[in-house]
Amino acid sequence: MTAEQVVFVLAAVVTLGSALGMVTTRSVFVGALWMIAVFGGVAALFILLGAGFLGIVQILVYIGAIAVLILFAIMLTPRVMGDPNAPRYNRQWPLVAVMASALASLLVALVLRTDWPLAQEGAPTITGFAVELGKGFMTTYILPFEVASVLLLVALIGAIVIAREE
Amino acid sequence: METLLSLTPLVPLFPLLAFLAIVLVLNPNKRLSAAVAIGAVGLSWLLGWAIFFSSIGAGLGEQPFVVELPWMPTGRRLFVMSVMLDPLGAIMLFMVPFVALLIFIYSVGYHNLGQPNVEPRFSRFFAYISLFAAGMLALVVSGNMLLFFIAWEIMGLCSYLLIGFWFYKPSAANAAKKAFLTTRVGDVLLFVGLVLLYSFTGSLNLYEVLSPENIEFMKESSISVAGLFTLPALPTIALLIFGGAVGKSAQFPLHVWLPDAMEGPTPVSAMIHAATMVAAGVFLVARMLPLFEPIEGSWWLGVVALIGAFTAVFAASIAVAQNDIKRVLAYSTISQLGYMIAALGIGGFIAGVFHMLTHAFFKALLFLGSGSVIHGMEHGVHHVEEHGHGEGHGHVDPQDMWNMGNLRRHMPTTFWTYVVGAFALAGVPLVTAGFWSKDEILAEAFEKWTHKGVVSIPFVVWLLLTVGAALTAFYMGRQLGLVFGGRERTEAARHAHESPRSMTVPLMILALFAIGFGWVNIPKNVPLVGNGWLYTFLAETHINVLHEPYEKVPFVFSVAAFSSILALGGLALGWWLYRDVTGDATVSPFERDPVARAFARIPLVGRPLWLLLENKYYVDEIYGVLVVRPVLALSAFLNSFDDRWIIDPLVDGVGKAARGLSAVGRWIDTYIVDGIVNYIGYILDELARGLRLIQTGRLPNYLAILVAGVLALVGLMLR
Amino acid sequence: MSSVPLSWYLIVAALLFSIGAYGALARRNAIGILMGIELMLNAVNINLVAFWRYIEVTGLAGQLFAVIVITVAAAEAAVALALILAIYRTRDTVNVEEIDLLKW
Repeated sequence: MTAEQVVFVLAAVVTLGSALGMVTTRSVFVGALWMIAVFGGVAALFILLGAGFLGIVQILVYIGAIAVLILFAIMLTPRVMGDPNAPRYNRQWPLVAVMASALASLLVALVLRTDWPLAQEGAPTITGFAVELGKGFMTTYILPFEVASVLLLVALIGAIVIAREE
Repeated sequence: METLLSLTPLVPLFPLLAFLAIVLVLNPNKRLSAAVAIGAVGLSWLLGWAIFFSSIGAGLGEQPFVVELPWMPTGRRLFVMSVMLDPLGAIMLFMVPFVALLIFIYSVGYHNLGQPNVEPRFSRFFAYISLFAAGMLALVVSGNMLLFFIAWEIMGLCSYLLIGFWFYKPSAANAAKKAFLTTRVGDVLLFVGLVLLYSFTGSLNLYEVLSPENIEFMKESSISVAGLFTLPALPTIALLIFGGAVGKSAQFPLHVWLPDAMEGPTPVSAMIHAATMVAAGVFLVARMLPLFEPIEGSWWLGVVALIGAFTAVFAASIAVAQNDIKRVLAYSTISQLGYMIAALGIGGFIAGVFHMLTHAFFKALLFLGSGSVIHGMEHGVHHVEEHGHGEGHGHVDPQDMWNMGNLRRHMPTTFWTYVVGAFALAGVPLVTAGFWSKDEILAEAFEKWTHKGVVSIPFVVWLLLTVGAALTAFYMGRQLGLVFGGRERTEAARHAHESPRSMTVPLMILALFAIGFGWVNIPKNVPLVGNGWLYTFLAETHINVLHEPYEKVPFVFSVAAFSSILALGGLALGWWLYRDVTGDATVSPFERDPVARAFARIPLVGRPLWLLLENKYYVDEIYGVLVVRPVLALSAFLNSFDDRWIIDPLVDGVGKAARGLSAVGRWIDTYIVDGIVNYIGYILDELARGLRLIQTGRLPNYLAILVAGVLALVGLMLR
Repeated sequence: MSSVPLSWYLIVAALLFSIGAYGALARRNAIGILMGIELMLNAVNINLVAFWRYIEVTGLAGQLFAVIVITVAAAEAAVALALILAIYRTRDTVNVEEIDLLKW
């Protein structure tokens, strides 16, 4: 087992374990903490894949912004969160558990059955990825970039409008 | 220059936008509506003239300017909307927007803008008339018979709306209906002709469809009618298309709508009868002239010539006996259109187009002048009614010429411009536009028959048109004498006054053109002033379209002199006879009218003959008996047929039988059909009760169903 | 070539996706559902980056797409949390089983 594989297995275990913890814990607050661990694991996977920049973005955006936002939302809805005996699942959870396992097994089967057209080159050829990414966003991918920025703006305004107290 | 030409498609757009703007937004503001309409047509006018002047020497005859827009894929090919500009279209762009602009300006005064008695639906009038102008301009620049037909129909609609503009008058409403239905007869013929044309050539583009190969192909083809008999293709198509022109340009036998169209406001009459609608029919024939190939000796072109020449005389003879100022002009229009059609019918392409252009100017002038007269008379009538003189006359018709007299004293500007228009229409030699264009037609016919001999269509055309020219001069002299000469015959005439400047200024401008426009095509062999400019301008179109050089018609002194004598003599006779008549509209024609008295002296036939003329040869009545009455009778008959004799007993019988059957059916119904239906309903009900549970309205449930779908899809991929 | 095969990453992503789906479907709390959805989006991102790394390593598209997904996730989280707060304010609950207005 190479070092890379060891790191991968560790990251994978952290990710999946935290994910399981997130969906099974009773308290949503604890679940949110588990979720931060999942994000960290995914960031590790990104870095392992050679996408260091994305790993950083993952930590900044997911852990720094989204997770904190979710924590805020949890704390802003105290009456629900405050009840420790509230059931964590809805009534359909056994059915959904079966379905999720089925989905997982189907997807894994699909992954294993597919003959992936792997590239010949080994390591990433692009160095200084953030630079390339920036150039890409300003040239070839300007349209998706602009669409995304408009989407963010709309979401921002929409969120303010929806959440504002009358 | 090229860039200017490329603006051609914009010309019809301005009035169209004005129409939309007025209808949708500007409606409540009368002044602004008029300003926008006039501004829009003014832009069209400027652009039209710019395009026209840049088209001089641009070689459009050999290579017309074409803009194409792919429009609609049909079956095997693509329908292309196109705009085409050739010299014929360019010269129309010179005339149409200009005359339209003057008519627009005139309408402002005509509808009393800014005065208490302003037309209540003023804005609507300008919206309609803008659409009308847009239709005509689109027709002129269309390079495609489909666009042409659309524009043609827009004009048909607008004429309906405008003739019936005062729809609360039953006569106006009926006139609108009549105009619409009568022209519709022609339009259907035209449409059938276009469909046939498309089916033979696979195209409706003017610059493609009339190629020599297509003509040749149609000449050799034939059309089978319902498998019963066959018709030769080319004459059928040509005559069907000519049928459209007969309807639109009010040729016999579809001329009946045009005199009634006088019920509309006078600017509309000017618009319909001068610049736009009736010119469209002549324009259509001029455009489609290749279908009548070979020009010499195709019998169906002879049909065109004869219908035109007959209409010219027929309508002129009616005009002699009319009393309504606008009706005289209406019949004169029909007659002049006959000249144009006859000119085209003997192959005189340029003569016909030339006469159409000059006629547009002087007929617009005359109509607007008559509108000014009526306007002035209406003031007089109001004045009399308010102040109560002239008792015992009741209501005075402001349009009846017998109620007028000596208006030259009260309306000098209108008088002088009207004289110019009347002289142009009569063809007073050398100065007026009408002389040069009418002479060109006569010379054309004369040339043709001197080559072919007396027993030929050109001779008949020449003879009829010459008689028509004499009649034309006479009825115009009569009109001048009745309206402007002698003494006032009613109080109203005594109180008539001149119209506002917005009405008289367009008259003056049109008068200039009614004189000057003829000078653009004085034949070359006339000393000093001969130029033949229009001839050179249009001749290349002719060569391009007809693939043969246009035979030039020289100025024939004897023909011109003869028609000049007729014109001057007719005018003088008319003026002299009618200058000093007495007796207003209430007096019987046989007492007041010198010509009617002369008719009355002829034993036996005299009086009926005059009545025949006065009643327009009873064509309306004949149509009433032959067409309208039978149709109504047939409908009534079918109705009673339906009700009483056949259908009702049949229905009753069927009903009785059905009742018997239904008794049987009822049993089946109750126990079998109903049973099945109820059972199905029951099952569905139960099923729905179950399915309803799925619709919980809760998000997680829906999501679960979604994931189930995803699972199914992934499973399919794995299979 | 890296010593970790592509399929390992894909399997991790598949499992993460399924766990996220389970969380999204089974949770009573609306915020819990949102968290599940975030997990699913993360799984997709792992796939994207893995494909970039193993199949399209010379291009940019894989990572660019992942960035777009992160952007969308952020926007989605913002809007969703705003909605949750609005619902909480009007109905005093974030329990999705009590929110069944879709039915009518």
